[in-house]
Amino acid sequence: MTDWPILSTVTFLPLVGVALLFLTNDASPAGRRNVLNIALATTVVTFLVSLFVWIGFDNSNPGFQMVEKHAWLGTGISYHLGVDGISMLFVILTTFLMPFCVLASWQSVEKRIKSYMIAFLLLEIVMVGVFVALDIVLFYVFFEATLIPMFVIIGVWGGKDRVYASYKFFLYTLLGSVLMMLAIMAMYWQAGTTDMTELLKFGFPAGMQTWLWLACFAAFAVKMPMWPVHTWLPDAHVQAPTAGSVILAGVMLKLGGYGMVRISLGMLPLASAHLAPLVFTLSVVAIIYTSLVAMMQQDIKKLIAYSSVAHMGYVTMGIFAANMQGVQGALFQMLSHGIVSSALFLCVGVVYDRLHTREISAYGGLVNNMPKYAVAFMVFTMANVGLPGTSGFVGEVTTLLGAFRANTWVALFAATGVILSAAYALWLYRRVIWGALEKDSLKSLLDLSAREKVILYPLVVLTIFYGVYPAPIFDATAASVEQLVNTYNAALSAAPTVAAATTN
Amino acid sequence: METIIKAIVFLPLIGFLTAGLFGRSIGAKASEYVTTGLMILVAVFSWIIFFHVALGETELLRVHVLRWIQTGGFDTEWSFRVDTLTAVMFVVVNTVSCLVHLYSIGYMHHDPHRPRFFAYLSLFTFAMLMLVTSDNLLQMFFGWEGVGLASYLLIGFWYQKPSASAAAMKAFIVNRVGDFGFILGIFGIFVLFGSVSFETIFAAAKTYLPAEGASASVEPVITLFGMHLDRAHAVTGICLLLFLGAMGKSAQFLLHTWLPDAMEGPTPVSALIHAATMVTAGVFLVARMSPLFELSTDARTVVVLVGAITAFFAATVGLVQNDIKRVIAYSTCSQLGYMFVALGIGAYGAAVFHLFTHAFFKALLFLCAGSVIHAVDGEQDMRHMGGLRKHIPITYWMMFIGTIALTGVGIPGTMIGTAGFFSKDVIIESAYASHNALSGFAFTLLVVAACFTSFYSWRLAFMTFHGKPRASHEVMHHVHESPMVMLVPLFILAVGALLAGALFEGHFFGHEYAEFWQGALFTLPENELLEEFHHVPALVKWSPFIAMALGLFTAWYMYIHSPETPKALARQHRGLYEFLLNKWYFDELYDRIFVRPAKWIGTFLWKEGDGRVIDGFGPNGVAARVLDVTDRVVRLQTGYLYHYAFVMLIGVAALVTWMMLGSSL
Repeated sequence: MTDWPILSTVTFLPLVGVALLFLTNDASPAGRRNVLNIALATTVVTFLVSLFVWIGFDNSNPGFQMVEKHAWLGTGISYHLGVDGISMLFVILTTFLMPFCVLASWQSVEKRIKSYMIAFLLLEIVMVGVFVALDIVLFYVFFEATLIPMFVIIGVWGGKDRVYASYKFFLYTLLGSVLMMLAIMAMYWQAGTTDMTELLKFGFPAGMQTWLWLACFAAFAVKMPMWPVHTWLPDAHVQAPTAGSVILAGVMLKLGGYGMVRISLGMLPLASAHLAPLVFTLSVVAIIYTSLVAMMQQDIKKLIAYSSVAHMGYVTMGIFAANMQGVQGALFQMLSHGIVSSALFLCVGVVYDRLHTREISAYGGLVNNMPKYAVAFMVFTMANVGLPGTSGFVGEVTTLLGAFRANTWVALFAATGVILSAAYALWLYRRVIWGALEKDSLKSLLDLSAREKVILYPLVVLTIFYGVYPAPIFDATAASVEQLVNTYNAALSAAPTVAAATTN
Repeated sequence: METIIKAIVFLPLIGFLTAGLFGRSIGAKASEYVTTGLMILVAVFSWIIFFHVALGETELLRVHVLRWIQTGGFDTEWSFRVDTLTAVMFVVVNTVSCLVHLYSIGYMHHDPHRPRFFAYLSLFTFAMLMLVTSDNLLQMFFGWEGVGLASYLLIGFWYQKPSASAAAMKAFIVNRVGDFGFILGIFGIFVLFGSVSFETIFAAAKTYLPAEGASASVEPVITLFGMHLDRAHAVTGICLLLFLGAMGKSAQFLLHTWLPDAMEGPTPVSALIHAATMVTAGVFLVARMSPLFELSTDARTVVVLVGAITAFFAATVGLVQNDIKRVIAYSTCSQLGYMFVALGIGAYGAAVFHLFTHAFFKALLFLCAGSVIHAVDGEQDMRHMGGLRKHIPITYWMMFIGTIALTGVGIPGTMIGTAGFFSKDVIIESAYASHNALSGFAFTLLVVAACFTSFYSWRLAFMTFHGKPRASHEVMHHVHESPMVMLVPLFILAVGALLAGALFEGHFFGHEYAEFWQGALFTLPENELLEEFHHVPALVKWSPFIAMALGLFTAWYMYIHSPETPKALARQHRGLYEFLLNKWYFDELYDRIFVRPAKWIGTFLWKEGDGRVIDGFGPNGVAARVLDVTDRVVRLQTGYLYHYAFVMLIGVAALVTWMMLGSSL
């Protein structure tokens, strides 16, 4: 078992499902059923297999584990996989969310279900690939490849403005990726290797780091997304089908955060320290700006999309605080947001499937005939608000503490998000769920179906579980983050001029 | 003892889960009995702990439960710390909660959502217990926000009413403003002390401030919002941040606006959460952090200032309100101000004493108000009451006891008096005796507020129970005394309201201070208020009594003797009357300077910032050209997925090829 290439298995297992799907025909209802079952089985099995990664993971080892390395294409680029505490849980998060996506699409996707599922399974492969790749070219290929299935999912199965949304999405991401590619070329030029484990130790010259950092940052900031390159996200979310939103919010946004931790902070510490004030500024602006914008939205999905941008502001702030609390908190916040925002989008999907509108004003008083739904929505709203006892709080408080230690001004402004998030989230809840049931269109709505319970209840449990007992996540990330922070500080103290410039 | 403590905290949680998850299947009756039964058990356990810890020898009990957030040096766990302060809160919270559960069985009799109501009540109790038992600041914050959640859910319990859901939201958001300060204060403490555990903080605080003139005293230890602070100033800064949290939860001046609106919730909720327990959490926080607040005279001066202004301000508004619950709500706000003045001058024992007695008589007053509302079919406006004394005599006498306890009826210099007589007078006398820069100011405002308190309390009693009935015949015909299940809680609280003061004064702020608190409250050696407040001039000792009598007389004159006076006064002083009736126009002010600008800015940033600037110069500028492309894309949409897959493969292949070329250069 120990020699078994577990990471390759997890990454490419969905290909089996893709192969099977090619053999089916989704024209008949039975065929459709087959497609759904195959997709569900594939994603569930992949998730179960991926759990072996967590089980076999050694928390005390800060380095890469379960490493696989094969020469590839014979040019120094290798097929090199491995996970450490920073990436491992993202693999689990990805495989965990996929079955929910399949379930969420059970009825709502009507046309070309087979192609749809194939796109999702391919998306799963490349997303997991990003997190396990240890060769920077491989990383880049996977990172960029995520764009294509997502582009297709929004462009084909999206709402009525899907073309605009998917192109906006495409344009933004393209801009970032071109710059990142240049950076990767330059890194190879300088270091003579594309092996990320080597690059992490390499130590680029200070002047060069800034340029590399900015180029990579462009790609990550767009994916995150950070203010002011965030405007593609609300449109993409609004147009994407429910499952697309889940993956977008749950996993794709985290690619940027993961890249920042791995490449910006890990490989380019001097530039990270030097440019941290820039990130802090953008993060704080994102938190306040997008929270205020979220408050005024009239579309439920847009509101949640904007709140995602605000929550990602905590992540970027935590990462570049570059201390234990900041980085571990950022990782936790990403995982927690992966659960909570996915759940919120699934909640929107539940009512969208019934009423086919996302206008907040079309709702009101749902608690009267959908009490179970109201409870689930309340839990996720509170997690979004960062109420202690939910996973949202843990991420928020640790990133804020990290930021406070780095710069109290940043923490002060970011903490206003605590107030603003309560304002927009509770106002949404009040308008959608509370009130008297007066609109005729709403009176016949039924509470959660069995399938919807299967989707939402596990997420409710996880949200509360990790809010009360976050130790499994902190334990898994501690060793690797500690090593990262130590390396970062060592690099800073070795370069006194930069260190002096960042203390104020 | 460990098991008992765990039982006290977790039984309400079990009650919440039972009624919350299975309330529909087991039915309303079962939900009521389970939650109330568990609360009775918990209340009994609480008194056992009280006798054991507060009145017994045990100094401190600690129970470890589970790890929580642990990252870097930031280690927090779920654990309980029970000292005298916690034991006092145990008794207050669980006694009142138990009685309110019981009372609600009668009060909520007609409500279709009883399981949910009892689930929320138990959830609140659980969160409140987590707050008072916490061993570190972060767990306290959990309880802090947890009670906020329960309060939010209970204020919005009747969610069909727009006013209720608006009030719920307001309560949560205004509290969040306080929490914003609280959480920053917690971070500051972590930076200063390297821990958020009380044990570590208290041990370090004792020797934290360097001796006068030592060189270490001016070295900056923290840079807070651009200010480089030395140790003394750092403590002040952090105390002020924590106090912001306390202001939010305890509805102090400027952050008080949510409390009167919170009266939208069912009346038992107002008694439990918005009078006896949750709103005193701020007082508890400052008392708990007394080792830190003792170190900062400046921070305590601010506490005195805010407390005194609140006591006065809320009392003035209370004078003219017509809603029976709002009068009591403003009274609560005002009494909380008294407690903060006590904290600020360093009389922590007196503050907790007033918290303790206030819980009894204020819960009593609210439950009596509930009984009145119950009797007159949901009417809350006192202008439509009157003459109810003969119809609901038990409620009347209970309300009478609550009123004499609140106004502090008693004979100065003797041990004869109601609960409020002891606790309030102690605060007023200590305010006079203290060496705080604002002690004179605080003393004056508190005495004036005492006079107002007496006036509005008797005004409430007279308008409700005396005079001619002003309700319709229909309503008067149906007026009925409440059932036993609602009256028994009143009797128990009435006993507390009468006797709690005389029985416990010595313990809380008297001869047995040291044995009772056993170090749970910390005071510096130079703080001798405990002794000094006995030696104030006789006039000062009599001042609360005089104020009380004056208020009583005025109320009697205006509402019994010549009921036309108030109307004439209101007409003569139109401006002042409107000003008070509209609560000093705080809601309007906040709407103008916070709510509307926030909405305007949000819309502006959305339409102009995102829409015109970012999208206009960014993607849409590009998209103008993309439009040509979209024509082709539309055709692609109708094509086959294989095209996309093919494009994707080509793309990846091209990329890799290019990379290979690049790497071989």
